[in-house]
Amino acid sequence: MLGRSITRNSILLAIFAACTTALIAGTHLLTKDDIAEQKRLAEEKALLQIVPRSRHDNSMLDDTIAVGPQDAELGLREDKQIYVARQDGEVIAVIIPAVARDGYTGDIELIVGVNEDGTIAGVRALAQRETPGLGDKVDLKKSDWMLDFNGRSLENPTLSGWAVKKDNGVFDQFTGATITPRAVVAAILRVLQFAETNRETLFDIGDTQTDSTGDDA
Amino acid sequence: MAEVSYKDLSLNGLWKNNPAIVQLLGLCPLLAVTGSVVNALGLGLATMMVLIISNTSVSLIRNLVSDAVRLPTFVMIIAAAVTCIELLMQAFTYELFQILGIFLPLITTNCVILGRADGFAARNSIGPSFYDGLIMGLGFACVLAVLGALRELSGTGALFANMDLLFGPDAANWKIVMYSDYQPFLLAILPPGAFIFTGLIIAVKNLIDDRIKKRQDAVKASPVKGAKRVRVTGAVS
Repeated sequence: MLGRSITRNSILLAIFAACTTALIAGTHLLTKDDIAEQKRLAEEKALLQIVPRSRHDNSMLDDTIAVGPQDAELGLREDKQIYVARQDGEVIAVIIPAVARDGYTGDIELIVGVNEDGTIAGVRALAQRETPGLGDKVDLKKSDWMLDFNGRSLENPTLSGWAVKKDNGVFDQFTGATITPRAVVAAILRVLQFAETNRETLFDIGDTQTDSTGDDA
Repeated sequence: MAEVSYKDLSLNGLWKNNPAIVQLLGLCPLLAVTGSVVNALGLGLATMMVLIISNTSVSLIRNLVSDAVRLPTFVMIIAAAVTCIELLMQAFTYELFQILGIFLPLITTNCVILGRADGFAARNSIGPSFYDGLIMGLGFACVLAVLGALRELSGTGALFANMDLLFGPDAANWKIVMYSDYQPFLLAILPPGAFIFTGLIIAVKNLIDDRIKKRQDAVKASPVKGAKRVRVTGAVS
């Protein structure tokens, strides 16, 4: 009697498991392409904010250079890509991923666009968990702070100026939050230094075709 | 529970037995994502969809499953519904999906859903079960939306920001700035704000209930029953 009830219930559960799995598999198949497309769009949207369509004519998502944790300046925890923007085959800017590991609440993931002349095309925070209302001003939806980096370079300001005002630098900190902007400023400086060191690879000088070698510095 | 009137069901779900402010179920997402109207509405609608799907399917199979495997089966159905909704949101409202993050899969563990599946859908026919899911979900979503509106308004001084995440590009200009130059009121956006405003909403509801009761007593009508806190999850059969 007990055996029969166990068998019956097991079979019942198995049938339900199969049905629900089929349902999920079906939904997955139906939405798979849409999801991939959405992910790509979201990624591209962030890239296009930094280097708008009018400045380049290639598909940045398909023109990449691999970087990873071995590139210490970038602070990455996993393999990522540098996106290359070209106009008529010439590299006009690269968008470099970086992680500021010393945020107030963990990692701040950034992408930094660096123009061919070494100036910053734009910076965006892709993921951050800073305190709402204080540190989250690194998010462009909350504050224009990130725009202050546009046009900056290693010469503007000079090295000592690459800090928040509290540390005698030129960048504003936010009221009530110094750790977050300090981490972001330092991370951006490191990206600029990385771009300077690897200038030849990144901007493809003397060669029109990228190869995906790492840093050659 | 043989006779169910749709009027009672509506009154129960939306007011008398509201899952969020009377049964106090599913508080975790309620407190976590109600920082703005669009987040609250997104999660509210997702929860409502899951409730409808789970209530309907549980009611469909209620005579098939034995008591012993009842709960595993219900949880399986709910988890499947949540996963499907999650995939759909990822496909059609990707940015909102990113904002809601972990709280979408966590709908599975929202007690409202298992509570209604076991407490109502498991012993009612498909029509009332579907309607109960709809109304309970609506009641939950309404509280979420009100809470989101209160917190967004007091926290940022604006209302309906970023509605395009849910309703497409046309909704991008729905944002109403009530006070320009508003100094953000941090407490409202942080988790304590959620507790405070939830408390205020419950207080207002109780106040209204008291008024109604007094008025009814005054005209010697029969008192409202079930206006006190009622748990419906623990129905053991």
